[in-house]
Amino acid sequence: MGIPKIEINEKYCKGCSICVEFCPTQVLQMNGFVAQVVKPEACIKCMQCELRCPDFAIRVFPE
Amino acid sequence: MAFNYEKYIRPGKLPHIWCPGCGHGIVMKGLIRAIDKCALNKNRTAVISGIGCASRLPGYVDFNTVHTAHGRAAAFATGMKMADPGLTVLCVGGDGDGVAIGGNHFIHACRRNIDITYILMNNHIYGMTGGQFSPCTPTDGFASTTPYGNPDPVFDIAKLAIGAGATFVARTTAYHATQIDKLIIEGIQHKGFSVIEILDCCPTSYGRRNKYRSVVEMMKQHKELAVPVTAAAKMAPEDLAGKIITGVLHKEDKPEYCEQYSRLIEKVQEQAAAKG
Repeated sequence: MGIPKIEINEKYCKGCSICVEFCPTQVLQMNGFVAQVVKPEACIKCMQCELRCPDFAIRVFPE
Repeated sequence: MAFNYEKYIRPGKLPHIWCPGCGHGIVMKGLIRAIDKCALNKNRTAVISGIGCASRLPGYVDFNTVHTAHGRAAAFATGMKMADPGLTVLCVGGDGDGVAIGGNHFIHACRRNIDITYILMNNHIYGMTGGQFSPCTPTDGFASTTPYGNPDPVFDIAKLAIGAGATFVARTTAYHATQIDKLIIEGIQHKGFSVIEILDCCPTSYGRRNKYRSVVEMMKQHKELAVPVTAAAKMAPEDLAGKIITGVLHKEDKPEYCEQYSRLIEKVQEQAAAKG
């Protein structure tokens, strides 16, 4: 079980912070108006950020 | 594995026009996942909408799409389904479009039980036209046209659909993202008129006027208020006041309209042949 790859498309992210607030392990953080991955090692691959991102900006590859 | 939405999105259409945090994007993703899981043929699927924020959805997805007159999605969808009953027809729209301006079309599509899946995104407001109150704006809620609070009671879309004769009625919220695709799949597979009400959040037109600090606060409220239908069955009615009952609320088998209509044609043709 390696660290998953979390991709954030900064062109699509509108900074609603849904992913940051609902992440159960605080993997993401806001960097101004764009979400940023800060603790990828804490990711439990629940995929909720990807499911709840309204802007198609997050993709999680659980590798 | 990350889901590849690009297959179903028209090239160059993203990012979409919806505001930051708007739940319509979450519903669109659920719809795409549901269509993918049902393995529907893109060319045999039609997505139809009226006017409004939610009705912008067909512009982004790569199916046969129609963006019709305000509230008339169900009417256009009925025509398409009747002309080609093999087509999978989905309607999308908001609360103002679906049950206010298009209320008449909505109830009669329910009554006919035609095999269409209606995905109704209820954000409690007319978002695109400037935040006017809709029949789904909560009582005492603020909108641009109810600056002292909304005096009207709220439309219960699920009860309306059941009462009008829809044979599959379900409800969920944009917070419950995994449930969205499950319910849409059930709706598509159900033979008859399916209504899936998805409560989502309008942070710009509704949230700001009603003292929600962010869309996250609105989604957390949906999370707290949601009660699954199985748990709700064991609760007293007074405990359920103000709660959002989620899941499949109603399911029954009734004759489907296109089948009934083709039977009628056969009957009349037989009668005509007998007469010579």
